[in-house]
Amino acid sequence: MKQQLEAIREKAENKLKELVDTQELEQLRVEILGKKGELTSILKQMGKLSAEERPVIGQLANEIRSYIESKIDEKKSELEQAQLLKRLENEKIDVTLPGKEFSLGNRHPLETVIDEIKEIFVGMGFEIVEGPEVESDYYNFEALNIPKDHPARDTQDTFYITDNILLRTQTSPVQVRIMEKQKPPIRILSPGRVYRSDALDATHSPLFHQIEGLVVDKGITFADLKGTLETFVKRLYGEDSVVRFRPHHFPFTEPSAEVDVQCFGCHGKGCRLCKNEGWIEILGCGMVHPKVLENCGIDPEEYSGFALGLGLERVAMRRYGVDDIRLFYENDVRFLRQFK
Amino acid sequence: MNLSMRWLREFVDIGEVSPREFAEAMTMSGSKVECYEQEGEKLSNVVVCKIVSIEKHPDADKLRVCMVDIGEAEPIQIVTAATNVNVGDLVPVAKDKSTLADGTKISKGKLRGVASYGMFCGLEEIGITKNDFPYADEDGVFVIQEDCKPGDDIRDAIGLNDLKVEFEITSNRPDCFSVIGLAREAAATFGKELKLHTPVVKAGNGSSDGMIDVKIENEDLCKVYAARIVKNVRVKPSPRWMRERLRAMGVRPINNIVDITNYVMLEYGQPMHAFDLRFIKDNKIRIRCAKDGETITTLDGIERTLKNTNLVIADSEKPVAIAGVMGGEYSGIMDDTTTIVFESANFAGSSVRVTAKEQGMRTDASSRFEKGLDPNSCIPALERACELVEMLDAGDILDGIIIDDRSKDNKVEIDFDADKINAFLSTDLSRDKMVEILEKIECKVCGDKIIVPTFRPDLLHFCDIAEEIARFYGYNNISSTSVNGGGKGKYSERQKFNNKVMDAMTAMGLSEIMTYSFISPKQYEKLMMPKDHILRNSLKISNPLGEDTSIMRTTALPSMLDILSKNYNNRNKQAYLFEIAKEYIPTEENQLPDEISKLICGMYGENIDYFTVKGIAEELFRTIGIKDFDIERAKDAYAYHPGRSALISVDGTMIGTIGEIHPLVCKNFELCTAYCFDFDLDTLFELYSSEHKYSPLPKFPAVSRDIAVICDEDLPVLSLEKAISKAAGKLLEEVKLFDIYQGKQIEAGKKSVAFNITLRSSDATLTDDQIKSVMKKAVAALESLGAELRS
Repeated sequence: MKQQLEAIREKAENKLKELVDTQELEQLRVEILGKKGELTSILKQMGKLSAEERPVIGQLANEIRSYIESKIDEKKSELEQAQLLKRLENEKIDVTLPGKEFSLGNRHPLETVIDEIKEIFVGMGFEIVEGPEVESDYYNFEALNIPKDHPARDTQDTFYITDNILLRTQTSPVQVRIMEKQKPPIRILSPGRVYRSDALDATHSPLFHQIEGLVVDKGITFADLKGTLETFVKRLYGEDSVVRFRPHHFPFTEPSAEVDVQCFGCHGKGCRLCKNEGWIEILGCGMVHPKVLENCGIDPEEYSGFALGLGLERVAMRRYGVDDIRLFYENDVRFLRQFK
Repeated sequence: MNLSMRWLREFVDIGEVSPREFAEAMTMSGSKVECYEQEGEKLSNVVVCKIVSIEKHPDADKLRVCMVDIGEAEPIQIVTAATNVNVGDLVPVAKDKSTLADGTKISKGKLRGVASYGMFCGLEEIGITKNDFPYADEDGVFVIQEDCKPGDDIRDAIGLNDLKVEFEITSNRPDCFSVIGLAREAAATFGKELKLHTPVVKAGNGSSDGMIDVKIENEDLCKVYAARIVKNVRVKPSPRWMRERLRAMGVRPINNIVDITNYVMLEYGQPMHAFDLRFIKDNKIRIRCAKDGETITTLDGIERTLKNTNLVIADSEKPVAIAGVMGGEYSGIMDDTTTIVFESANFAGSSVRVTAKEQGMRTDASSRFEKGLDPNSCIPALERACELVEMLDAGDILDGIIIDDRSKDNKVEIDFDADKINAFLSTDLSRDKMVEILEKIECKVCGDKIIVPTFRPDLLHFCDIAEEIARFYGYNNISSTSVNGGGKGKYSERQKFNNKVMDAMTAMGLSEIMTYSFISPKQYEKLMMPKDHILRNSLKISNPLGEDTSIMRTTALPSMLDILSKNYNNRNKQAYLFEIAKEYIPTEENQLPDEISKLICGMYGENIDYFTVKGIAEELFRTIGIKDFDIERAKDAYAYHPGRSALISVDGTMIGTIGEIHPLVCKNFELCTAYCFDFDLDTLFELYSSEHKYSPLPKFPAVSRDIAVICDEDLPVLSLEKAISKAAGKLLEEVKLFDIYQGKQIEAGKKSVAFNITLRSSDATLTDDQIKSVMKKAVAALESLGAELRS
């Protein structure tokens, strides 16, 4: 009987080696372990054994049963694994086919630049405000210390609606409107559209964007102006930007300055990008003229402030390498989608 | 403004400074240098030579072979076609490996078999004109009559070695439109002494008493009119030094008298005018406004019609010059002129500016006057002109200045408070240091007052003085600090709302555009806007660039359609776009318009239809917290397809129109079928709710039932949906359309509509009775609309 059991084990082992699918495996299981299986039929003869032999053979039979069972299980998972692999292989696809289309829209590149600048100033405690684009002569010029016959009016060719109503040529009138209704401390930033009667070409557009900034409080100094703008320029153009302040003239600020940033292309040596100057002019600024404060009902003896203004198209053109301002207003989708 | 460095150095010794250093220092003290150029920069290896011999060319009739001395051991051979050279002449020669003014390279070569080791040069090759050397032959070789010797560099020989510096002068600094003004700035910048010269006129050729009668008739527009008379005028070319300086400043030399007026203008910044006394009728000079329609032919030969706002210099009859702008042709200096009047006057800037603009002739004189000149510079400039006349032997000066002076004492005094300046600039300068800076620019400090020189009309306030101190101390030497306190540093609710809307639109695949606010009135026609529509009333720009940009839009829809059209015509297959656009709605006359904000969406492309834009609108509404809206067909909306567009409102407030663009409008815009909506963003903001409140997730199961009805094809599905919602009440979770059918088995004019209804209670599992009762009510509600339950 012992030999019979060993023979069954041997047979099972041999068969398991040859098996190729789960069906054959099931067949083998029935053949050996099933109700009418070989091992079962041997066990049925156990009664014929002597009392001494029974436990020995019994133990051996159980050992062999569990051994074969575990081998069958092992083989089963092996075969299933192989079958799965085969199926998955058959399910293969061309992974290089294009993906299904999802298309996010995107902001206009100018708006993206405006947003970035707003973000920087909000971070410095500024509030974002807006003012009308169709303005009165008073807010656009008079209140800003640019009376009717002032030569500065020549440099800002103005679109008029009537003698007294015009399309604002700068965002500076927002300064006046804010100062008229809000008492210091004031810290505002006002982006928006401005209009000048320049014919449209690669570098001029009759409509463009400016950002105006204004700070008014007790004890605001020229050093505050410098510090704020240096921070701004470094956040916009990188911490290693080199900034300089150059005296200039604006009717509504005194002292006035233009701010240059050292050319990114040549680091000050002079190249085509900076027209050989080594510096690129980026914004105008200055201490708010006492006459402007007075015009807005703020006592210049008690308060002082500074203002800044910058043109956005030029910032955006430089940032993205856009060489024609018209592209911003033509809105060709092939242009727009480059700014995702 | 061009500046001759040689001229500048006459007034201030700035020492050895490279052009770049000079430009940098001047720029940083406020006189911005645009660029600089060394005269004759491109010329190289061009020297003076002396012609030793001239032989005929053996093989060419028109060529001659010259031996020339170039100051070296051996003479060299030059072959030339020039006919105006003789043995002994000094001429410029471009040697082998030389460069001409225009960059042309010259090297040795053979002309008809004879070697030539260079080329003789004419004026053009050196980069000058006959105005610079009036004796030179314009077409031939430049035969030099200057003091020089063979081998000398041509630039040194003819004085073509000045440095020209171009400045950007701001409108507040009329004084800097002059050599002296810039010299003063340079002296203060480099800490050097300014050496000014007081003109001395000998005169002594008889009195000018009674020779002319000068009278200012409009003292608002003319403060000073001063004149001196020169007789026995000897018109000839001016000397080389004067011509050189004029050339470097970009002014063409003409003759001694004209050159003197230009020279003085450049040196003092005070425009001068000279005219022939012969042509002054009755010897009367009147400074008056022109009569409307009066005419004058100016020096440029153009006849100009004047207005009564134009100031003129007139004799007893007619204008002889447009004040501060240009002289008249017939009274100009001619070869036979014998007696001239030198005029040095002060005209009001605004008047000159307007006149020059109206007449379309901005001159060197007008551009100086219009910035407002110092009345006190009239006399020194006049004296300087007369001094130069004597120096150049150009005529005999009569005694006495003829003058009408209406200027008032215009001395400006400003309080001087060093502490206040230090506090304002955040500097720590001593009072003495400030006084030193101020004195450099000729401000006098008397105790606690600063007396401003009259040539600085821009210095009026404390802050103007602070700027002077700051710019000479150096803007970049002032520290940088940050502002503390007082800031809000946040976006307003409206700004957050706009951002949310734009985020939603971009997330749905639409890209933002930016369009012009001004449009052509024709756009309203293209939109098929009714003739009497209120939006046809738009603000008109009185001086537009052209019709296309002549009115402020009252609707931003055409701007969107234009952009869609451009994209379509650029063969872009699809465009999904939006814009937050302003519209400008006129209010009362002479009042500012209302500027309203619109959200415009526009799209075309394959696989999109009315329900694409509607879906975008619906998701947008959900995003901004608008739960419920009303929609009805917009039968009367212009621009949109009457059968495929709708008006959207919330609680009776109109939001805007949505739909397919009218096919004729698409045709007008040269566009394929397009879909748009235009919503009032200001109204949407009022309805916006940013609050998000959590409602618990359901604990009990939902039941779902389908219901199908047959109804009139014109009955909107929305009204069926609303009927079900109302009937189902609180237990309704969702009612969803899942089928619409017309055709076989359905009577003509009818449609079958099927809904899936989901019911749920938040506090118990629904019983069969509850469900039956709800469904019964729903059916009843549908039947009341004329729908029949489909069996």
